[in-house]
Amino acid sequence: MNYYKPATFDEAIAIASGAEGITRILAGGTDVLVQMRSDIVTPDTLIDIKAIDGVKDITRAEDGGWTIGVAVCGAEISEHPDLPREWPGVVEAIGLIGSTQVQGRATPVGNLCNASPAADSVPALVAAGAEVTVQGPNGPRRVAVEDIPTGPGRTSLQKGEIITALHLPPRGKGGGDAYQRFIPRTEMDIAVVGCGVNLRVSGQVITEARMALGAVAPTVERVRGAADALVGTKLEDSALDALADLAQAACNPIDDKRGTVKFRTHLAGVYARRVAKIAYERARAAQ
Amino acid sequence: MKKIHVTTKINGDTVEFLCDPRETLLDVLRDRLGLTGAKEGCGTGDCGACSVTVDGRLTCSCLMLGVEAEGHEIGTVEGIADGEELHPLQKKFIEYAALQCGICTPGILVAAKNLLERNPDPTEEEVRYWLAGNLCRCTGYDKIIRAVLDTAAEMREAS
Repeated sequence: MNYYKPATFDEAIAIASGAEGITRILAGGTDVLVQMRSDIVTPDTLIDIKAIDGVKDITRAEDGGWTIGVAVCGAEISEHPDLPREWPGVVEAIGLIGSTQVQGRATPVGNLCNASPAADSVPALVAAGAEVTVQGPNGPRRVAVEDIPTGPGRTSLQKGEIITALHLPPRGKGGGDAYQRFIPRTEMDIAVVGCGVNLRVSGQVITEARMALGAVAPTVERVRGAADALVGTKLEDSALDALADLAQAACNPIDDKRGTVKFRTHLAGVYARRVAKIAYERARAAQ
Repeated sequence: MKKIHVTTKINGDTVEFLCDPRETLLDVLRDRLGLTGAKEGCGTGDCGACSVTVDGRLTCSCLMLGVEAEGHEIGTVEGIADGEELHPLQKKFIEYAALQCGICTPGILVAAKNLLERNPDPTEEEVRYWLAGNLCRCTGYDKIIRAVLDTAAEMREAS
């Protein structure tokens, strides 16, 4: 295995483009090192991107949103003075990943690139409308978070392409988001179902809505009908019923040791209601 | 395999070593530097027995490569006592018998010390969540939690 520690993304992309065999990007390493140790993935080329300028920065973007560096760990996001207030759902979802030890290393972009359907941060990021900058031999492009995973462990990134930043949109007035997951324990577990909801309200009326589910399909699933079910409502029971039906209809899960198809589908409806209510209260309080 | 030269600081001392890029920081600490306090329980970041601090942040040394230590400051359980004088946490762990086999203890001490540096007055719930990544199969955790809470109280009184 060759280990590289480039000083720029251009250099990292050149190494990744020219590399033969398996290439892995190393940021927090909490998935890459486990895969190496378990002989699941043995990289020929390992590119440590933590020496690149700006990868540890959280900065306010020109549009009022946020740009999060690709080596920013979960704990740094939770400890940020503004992010937890503006995007509580995203920050809670990131904070649920692993232990204190893991939070000190693991990054949300790593969680995304690991492409687990049960990744906790991803439904919250999709609901938030987050994007990433993907840079490759042909230059940079912005890609919606939901378009990165293509299946368990697979992404849409091409050879030589690296995610160079994570972008959260401007929060604006009357916005609120939330994320919750079901696990059989209280801590340290993998989601059986995860649900992220992001709403905007004007007075009591919902004007924007996005929802995404984790662990119920081969990739994190954006529930595209959520806006139709919620916009124009005051989250009455009928709106919640419609949302829960949509969530259950979006499920295409597997039976495994963590949950059956039937249980996961049931939970998706329960969590759609529960998380939407939290996001709604937060949105109303943020006007 | 070409070895890589790494310069780092461990418990305040500058340390240099050569390592294969595939070696974890835990491998380096134990097998190259003779710092066997950090233990390998699972090797996959689940058990916390290999906990160290990196620039003051709690980390599983099995989830970090030795080469990644370049230019960073590492804290291990060997740096907790001041010479022969045990750290208050170590004394309390003995007083409360907060260990049986002891494999998890170095990691728990490093983790608990890191918590008390950030939060000198944690609630029981905060201690339990902070230490959720440190597995102990002997004690049932209760003695550990009480030892940490009592150390925190004593250190607050002393300061």
